[in-house]
Amino acid sequence: MKKLAENVLKGDSRSIARLITLAENNDPKAKDAMKIIHPHTGSAVVIGITGVMGSGKSTLISEITREYRKKGKNVGIIAIDPTSPFSGGALLGDRVRMMELTMDEGVFIRSMGTRGKLGGLTSSVYDVVEILDASGKDIIIIETVGVGQAEVDIIKIADSTIVVVVPGLGDSVQTLKAGVMEIADLYVVNKADREGLNQAVAEIESLVEITCSNKERKTPVLTTIAKQKKGINELIKEIDKHQDFIRKTGEFKNKRKLRYESELIEIIRKRLMNFIFNESNLKEKTEFLISKISKKEIDPYSAADEILDKVLK
Amino acid sequence: MDKKIRVLVAKPGLDGHDRGAKVVARALRDAGMEVIYTGLHQTAEMIVETAIQEDVDVVGLSLLSGAHMTLFVDVSKLLKKKGMEDVLLVGGGIIPEEDVPKLKKVGISEVFGPGTPCEDIVEFIKKNVKR
Repeated sequence: MKKLAENVLKGDSRSIARLITLAENNDPKAKDAMKIIHPHTGSAVVIGITGVMGSGKSTLISEITREYRKKGKNVGIIAIDPTSPFSGGALLGDRVRMMELTMDEGVFIRSMGTRGKLGGLTSSVYDVVEILDASGKDIIIIETVGVGQAEVDIIKIADSTIVVVVPGLGDSVQTLKAGVMEIADLYVVNKADREGLNQAVAEIESLVEITCSNKERKTPVLTTIAKQKKGINELIKEIDKHQDFIRKTGEFKNKRKLRYESELIEIIRKRLMNFIFNESNLKEKTEFLISKISKKEIDPYSAADEILDKVLK
Repeated sequence: MDKKIRVLVAKPGLDGHDRGAKVVARALRDAGMEVIYTGLHQTAEMIVETAIQEDVDVVGLSLLSGAHMTLFVDVSKLLKKKGMEDVLLVGGGIIPEEDVPKLKKVGISEVFGPGTPCEDIVEFIKKNVKR
């Protein structure tokens, strides 16, 4: 594992990919390598891109990445798509829109399924960010699943969160008021050549007016046509400005604190769940209690007490 | 441990027909696998680079243009060159029967022609995946 970690630090693609797989599979072997790489993390800028299905997130990421590459930055991309709740399988198709980046040595793309995690991310995303960061990527872009209203976990990990919408959603922007529409550090109205652009921009701006009236920084609303590469430079400038802003105000520290807190909770949660439901002799006990609950011989709260008493002992 | 079989479904070369590839991709998803789809017009280099980054267990190539003797072979050679012998390589599409043994000789483990039931492909992968 030491060798693998060392190769990750050197930026070797196969080793990066391998360690991501181990982390994603909750393989105990990942732990040692993750310990070695942690001191080498923290310098990459993490950008989260979220938005409804079909809003053009993947195309936008492809164009943003090309701009960063022109500036000589190395880029890691984590593209997340939903895992089927029925089969556990997933169709990961975000690469189709990022094809031109495949042969660029300064870009590493990984597609991931949510594997049962709600919130728009996958539970190993914290590990993957650390791995890409340690491997020397300057910029890490996370594409969430296509979101509805409540998939807001991206703010726990991203330094800058971009919410992408498209014209023509009309009143649905209104319904998104709470949740997804609250988390943006930057709004992008993509596909700006579509009908209804002015209305979409006006709706978001009025939302910004309400929510940002007392704040130092008003959330910018930008327009892009990612397919025609329009508005990308302006977007990058705004991302840079936001990065400066959070560093000046100390918000950056808060964001990183939130990220490590969420990561720690996730690691503990996974280990505890694994201990209760897979490893220990609690597994049988748990199944027994579940059958008792369905027979109304015990209630769920008392069953949870019984299990937790054993764990906490 | 939560291992899932990861499969890259790739379309090498110039033909623009990916309906078959998409049907297979979906069947593999429904069998619980994680399927990465590349899109059309991939070079052998792009396919192998994607296989590396995505750390897949299986690469499935779909080709209907007749260039399989060049492109399938290129992918197989390049995978070996990059030290990815543990990746299971399979192919499908319009492949004349007389070419199948030749392809098997150079590292394509199985070739699935038109009419192959999806379950056969799923089963073959599950049985032969190398890691």
